[in-house]
Amino acid sequence: MSQALLSIENLSVRFKTYAGTIHAVNSMSFDVRPGEIFGLVGESGCGKSVTGLAVVRTLPGSGRISGGRILFHGEDLAAKSEAEMQAIRGRRIAMVFQDPTASLNPVFTIGQQIDHIIRHHTGDNHETARRKALEWFNAVALPDPQAVYDTYPHRLSGGMQQRVMIAMALCSGAELLIADEPTTALDVTIQAQILELLVKLRDQQGISILLITHNLGVVAETCERVAVAYAGQIVETGPTSAVLARRLHPYTEGLLAALPTAVQKGQTLQPIAGQVPDGLQPIAGCPFHPRCSKALPVCAQVNPALLPVEHADHLTACHLYTEAAA
Amino acid sequence: MTTTTLSAEPAASPPAVPSERQLILRAFRQDKLAMLGVLVIVFFVLTSIFAPLLTPYPAQGAGAPNIIEKFKAPGAEHPLGTDYLGRDVLARIFYGGRSSLTTGFLVVFLAVLIGAPLGAIAGYFGGRVDDVIMRITDVFLSFPPLLLAIAIATALGSGFVNTMIAIAITWWPWYTRLVRAQTVSLRERYFIEAARSIGVPSFKIIATHILPNVLTPILVQGTMDLGSAILTGAAINFIGLGVQPPQADWGNMISQGRIYFMERPWFAGSAGVAIFLVVLSFNLIGDALRDAADPRTRRGEA
Amino acid sequence: MSEPLLIETRNLCKHFSAGGWLGGGKRVVRALDNVNLSIQRQETLGVVGESGCGKTTLGRVLLRLIEPTAGQILFEGRDIVPLKGEDLRRQARDMQIVFQNPYSSFDPRFSVRMSLAEPLQTHQGLQGAALEERASELLTQVGMPVDTLSRYPHEFSGGQLQRIAVARALALNPKFIVLDEPTSALDVSVQAQILNLLQDLQQRLNLTYLFISHDLSVVEYISSRIAVMYLGKVVELLPTALVSAGQAQHPYTQALLSAIPEVSAERRHKRTLLPKSVFEGKAQTGGCSFAPRCPFAMDVCRTVEPPLLELEAGHLSACHLANEME
Repeated sequence: MSQALLSIENLSVRFKTYAGTIHAVNSMSFDVRPGEIFGLVGESGCGKSVTGLAVVRTLPGSGRISGGRILFHGEDLAAKSEAEMQAIRGRRIAMVFQDPTASLNPVFTIGQQIDHIIRHHTGDNHETARRKALEWFNAVALPDPQAVYDTYPHRLSGGMQQRVMIAMALCSGAELLIADEPTTALDVTIQAQILELLVKLRDQQGISILLITHNLGVVAETCERVAVAYAGQIVETGPTSAVLARRLHPYTEGLLAALPTAVQKGQTLQPIAGQVPDGLQPIAGCPFHPRCSKALPVCAQVNPALLPVEHADHLTACHLYTEAAA
Repeated sequence: MTTTTLSAEPAASPPAVPSERQLILRAFRQDKLAMLGVLVIVFFVLTSIFAPLLTPYPAQGAGAPNIIEKFKAPGAEHPLGTDYLGRDVLARIFYGGRSSLTTGFLVVFLAVLIGAPLGAIAGYFGGRVDDVIMRITDVFLSFPPLLLAIAIATALGSGFVNTMIAIAITWWPWYTRLVRAQTVSLRERYFIEAARSIGVPSFKIIATHILPNVLTPILVQGTMDLGSAILTGAAINFIGLGVQPPQADWGNMISQGRIYFMERPWFAGSAGVAIFLVVLSFNLIGDALRDAADPRTRRGEA
Repeated sequence: MSEPLLIETRNLCKHFSAGGWLGGGKRVVRALDNVNLSIQRQETLGVVGESGCGKTTLGRVLLRLIEPTAGQILFEGRDIVPLKGEDLRRQARDMQIVFQNPYSSFDPRFSVRMSLAEPLQTHQGLQGAALEERASELLTQVGMPVDTLSRYPHEFSGGQLQRIAVARALALNPKFIVLDEPTSALDVSVQAQILNLLQDLQQRLNLTYLFISHDLSVVEYISSRIAVMYLGKVVELLPTALVSAGQAQHPYTQALLSAIPEVSAERRHKRTLLPKSVFEGKAQTGGCSFAPRCPFAMDVCRTVEPPLLELEAGHLSACHLANEME
């Protein structure tokens, strides 16, 4: 088993709000290996986006890492100072978000913005920075790099803006890209282009990608390995094909069964009863047990640990398997 | 078949999530300076209302001269001294508060009453209606506010009520602009479209949906304007329009005490300090309200 | 009322004019360009398309929330475009809409009771006990408990609020409901609940739906026929069964289908990656609006606009290639 590039170990993140403390991430664990696209998938409130922000230590407002470690090349990012993190952000770990329009400054040209980034990290002069920027624009398959360099963000379509964002994220040499719902705001035909680009970057440049999404189809087609998150925890993780085929955890199974493509036309869909917990009230035992059709008595008392089932690489947090083994 | 699915929705009530209003109040209460401001305002409001009971010199507060005791420096009998007519300055401050504070509250109230509905109508209907209303607003906004107020006050004649009307007439355009901007963005929200799709008449939509939802920005702006309204009122009274002596008003107290200020600063000075404290308090409150109302600047938001 | 056609649009157009300031040319955006559609009683017509295709505008124009520039909208044979005042208000009873974002669909200051009361008071003048009874009945129909009435929108989850939105839409016993991306903002498991509810209500109350969505798998599941729109025009109209059988003809429909990321490998189509995006590929003069991006574009496509013709029973397509093969 290859050494993990990024290893999240029992990470917990909490937010203090007027309504109480929200445990957005509650002992989450997974690894991203070098040169792979890893999918972190889950519905709203599962803590996936917060995890991404925690890795680069840009949690908003009152968010705090309250436990666990974030190991990047063996070093714990959670313990680093802000100064140390600044050396890592952009240069070694980069991030792109859902809405490229919000990330681009409308009063500067694209060129001015990417120039600024490159020169901040490498100290290059303007000419060198420009050359590198154009190379990256080529790498992200922008049709006319020079034109894009000279133009303003609002003149570009959403898909092109997202490509620019990816170029800006990677231009300083990052080896890990965290992409938080990078295609959710885009048309489906453009989404296909962006996903293809991510795969190409992985293949040609060896960049590892942590792809955060709620879309199981995206994960199925793009990610080698996946972790399914629920209520701030990982309930199942492993090779994508195995997880989607075996569906060990009842939540994984429920999620896949609820898709419109899971039933024949005319049949009722199979939703998961109840709703996602809001993180305010801690749930005793397994967070999914109130909605689980296969819940055992122990599920209401003990939160199951994430353990390998059958295969060392395919883990799930469910008493159904530990009970069976016992 | 689907009944079983539907009843799977939890019937139990969800945990009490605080409403927007509760969140705003909570954030506001956290601002110590703002709370201090509230105390100051409450103090002045109460002393104005209960002035006759609080001072041993109600008649002097109302204006009766007491020449024998004129120009007394602050001391045991007159905590803030007496003015050029011997009237107890503290009493004058309490009585003056009635005029100044009422001016502030009523001016803002009138301005909102005129300006907000106009802004909502302009913003909601757009087109020609919007153009007409906004051009009229622009005309009013082009005048230097104080000069316009003075001009109208002069035209209407002196007096407390006329002053307030004069100031309110210069003030309403700001609320029209504010409400119009809010309305334009509110207009695009789905619940407005929903009301239209139901067939609710336009004026009902404005009255029940638009105006209540622009209340918060109006409140914030209004609170900050209270201070400015009081200052404007003081200015008008200072130059002799508006409240006439012997009625007490902080503005004309400064005016009358001006010439004596170098040797006997206490009566002009007290009035000045009173205005300063009240306006500062309203500004602090307004600032805190504005920060609390915007989820991005609100303290303690996740 | 045995007339099978509930709604019919004839040459429906909606043009927005933009620009025209300070020397810039006045641009006309053809949000709807000669749209001819018909919707049968009690069917669900699905409308799909990407940014700028006009599907959202279509839903609103049908309800006269946006005024059409030209064309007719026949509701039960009567043109509703010229209706004004009281007549228009009465027409509102037959046609309702459910929006994409449930939180935005309700006045945050209105309790659920007040929101449900709005249609009931406006049209039926219901008050007091009668109002309470009808409101409770509506809530029960959508599976919400009666104590919902005293609550406020922010107290509910997205799925619950969307149910209330459906309840409000049913208040006036409409015949037709426009569903504008009703599940796009919801999680997969909740989406299934809402779709089941919509189907159940359709059967029980004999409703007709226009289901607008960018998510083709949802549209495929719930619709009997699908209209594919591109830049304001209907480019293909066909029964859902044909879509599932892979018999979509128009190149855009095929590209759209191929772009959807699928969980199960069997459902994946070979991907047709379209060059550029909608914004960069706008046809300037005449011709098919899709020609700049079409992998099969012929010379005639760039000069002559293809008419929407029937290829086989119930299957219409606006494509020269289809006509050639006829």
